Amino acid sequence: MPELTLVKAVNRALDEALSLDDAVVLLGQDIGQDEGVFRVTEGLLKKYGPNRVIDTPLAEAAIIGGAVGMAAYGLKPVPEMQFSGFFYQAYHQVENHVSRMRNRTRGRIGMNMVIRMPYGGGIRAVEHHSESREAIYAHTPGLTMVIPSGPRNARALLLTSILKYPDPVIFFEPKLIYRAFKENVPDEPEFLPIGKAQVVREGTQLTLISYGATMRPTLEAARDLAEDDGVSVEVIDLLSVAPLDTETITASVRKTGRAVVIHEGHRRCGIGSEVVARIVENALDCLEAPIKRVTGYDIIFPYFSREAPYLINAERVKHAAKEVLEY
Amino acid sequence: MPRKTLTIKSKVESLSILDEKGNLDADLDPKLSTQKSLELYRLMLLARRLDERCINLQRQGRIGTYGPCRGQEAAHCASGILMTPEDWVVYAFREPGTAIFRGWPIEHSMYFWGGFEEGCRPPEGVNDLPMCVPIASQVPHGMGLAWAMKLRGDPHCVLTYLGDGATSEGDFHEAMNFAGVYKLPCIFLVQNNHWAISIPVANQTASQTIAHKAVAYGFNGIQVDGNDPLAVYVATKEAADKARKGGGPTLIEAVTYRMSVHTTADDPTKYRSDDEVKAWEKRDPIVRFAKYLKKRRILSEDLEQKIENEIQTEVRAAVERYETYCKSVDPSIVFDYMYADPAPEIVRQREEYRACLVREGVLKT
Ligand SMILES: Cc1ncc(C[n+]2csc(CCOP(=O)(O)OP(=O)(O)O)c2C)c(N)n1
Ligand SMILES: [Mg+2]
Repeated sequence: MPELTLVKAVNRALDEALSLDDAVVLLGQDIGQDEGVFRVTEGLLKKYGPNRVIDTPLAEAAIIGGAVGMAAYGLKPVPEMQFSGFFYQAYHQVENHVSRMRNRTRGRIGMNMVIRMPYGGGIRAVEHHSESREAIYAHTPGLTMVIPSGPRNARALLLTSILKYPDPVIFFEPKLIYRAFKENVPDEPEFLPIGKAQVVREGTQLTLISYGATMRPTLEAARDLAEDDGVSVEVIDLLSVAPLDTETITASVRKTGRAVVIHEGHRRCGIGSEVVARIVENALDCLEAPIKRVTGYDIIFPYFSREAPYLINAERVKHAAKEVLEY
Repeated sequence: MPRKTLTIKSKVESLSILDEKGNLDADLDPKLSTQKSLELYRLMLLARRLDERCINLQRQGRIGTYGPCRGQEAAHCASGILMTPEDWVVYAFREPGTAIFRGWPIEHSMYFWGGFEEGCRPPEGVNDLPMCVPIASQVPHGMGLAWAMKLRGDPHCVLTYLGDGATSEGDFHEAMNFAGVYKLPCIFLVQNNHWAISIPVANQTASQTIAHKAVAYGFNGIQVDGNDPLAVYVATKEAADKARKGGGPTLIEAVTYRMSVHTTADDPTKYRSDDEVKAWEKRDPIVRFAKYLKKRRILSEDLEQKIENEIQTEVRAAVERYETYCKSVDPSIVFDYMYADPAPEIVRQREEYRACLVREGVLKT
């Protein structure tokens, strides 16, 4: 089993998808000759040629709109948006067509496409390169919104999304942790069910719920709370924020009675709002304290000189956890 | 009903006045005054020195990722210098010389690339929009400013900058179309620097020129040697005069070259050859202009050195102002400009954030 970073794991999944299914086509800006601005597509143009790994002109709407045509024709396009901050240029295609085609054609034409893009802050990037706007897509009927948190689940979720999931997936890659750590990734293709959360740490007194890059401070907080304060913490990695795994969340909170939701995206109408609503709908009788949200604020993501203090850290998660525990 | 080739009224021209070998088309020479010539020369050199300084600042971690303008000084300075205070300028992000001419402090680009929103705040009285990162999304804004001028009956114009890559975006085409339909006082200046990150312009568009895209929208386009400050100046002057008189928009394609990296996060050796870069080094706009000014006896070695020294001092002072300011700001400023009148929930979040920063030792109170 090779040890891979998240960026290499995504690269591997793309490589496997291209080799396992000749309908798979990658397209995007600077993904070929340049091998992607984060080198996600390293080696793929060389290996599969310019008809499978396509460098496009600079037009997000044409990339996504074009992918709609390709998907209708039976290809499995995997367009890359260079940054999630530039996905808005294609938003009308997503809202009006990608998400609706299956329904509009009464099931006749599906959109087997995976739109990949890096999201999130922490890399000292310029404006528009640091946002976490998964809630927009989670709110859009017809879309599936997947966010891995590490190399192994990134590889499996991406491979599943491309090869085994017939509907459009928005695949957010946490760029902060593209190269932050390595994990063993099995040699054989691995698949994970879409829409299923994972309990990554078991506990009985508190549930921490997160996804993507904020899984790291979340797990760190869980460890500290256990080691320093003797709290038994359960941690859920959502992996998919739409659909949301109500059962896993509910089962955990029914057991622990306390929950904190953590994400970098904005608070108002964020993923946390939906998680809290599902808990209230399904486990209110078991709650022993109000649920807390540790999230980005409802402000424009700061330019990077002011991003370090803005980013969620384990201290903030622990602070919220203690408030919930001491309620 | 025979088949025939249509005659299209809009025209496409190309213009070069001072070539890389120093040959001058004397009939076309705008013969800028000594003062204007030196102002332009100085601006181009300032853009170059600032650019070099910013690359160094990035290497030292004093600013973040930086997008240089090396090689494009004539394309942006010789056009920007024609804008009056009542005109408006709309930027992409490789036009620091124009911004400085317009009255932005030199350090604004350090703020912007250093991760401070302050780099986007136009100084009082400067009629510009801030730099714009989402490619081509600024082009409709330039059109809209011109539209407002026309609705108000004001005899001004708008200069909007964009890159060759930007001409692939819908925003560019939609703005061009409106500008044509409403005959707006717009100048769209495309800095065709041959690259959009790793995509060469030949893979960006199958059009023979970018200039002639104007024809499809019913107005004129002109392709100029973008490393020839005189050609850029003349084309922009004509376009501005025309626009201010109600003659409608012009598309200027300034053919230039991105001499440096796309940004400091980019590795161009992956996609372009050294030979290509070397060939363009010979066409350096500043070297070319200096030679011309010396021939006209506007610039002497002494004056050249004096200007160089002045610029060094100005850039150094700008770095100092930038770094002094950096140390003084409270991170909770990120809440302060969200709304003119923030709702209680935003005010509460600001308090929550401050409390958090105090707990974490970032703020004292
Ligand atoms: C809408 C959008 N898509 C992608 C990007 C990422 N990006 C930044 S600059 C750039 C290339 C721009 O090329 P061009 O318009 O030629 O301008 P240049 O960089 O050459 O000045 C790209 C793709 C972006 N900033 N905005
Ligand atoms: Mg370009």
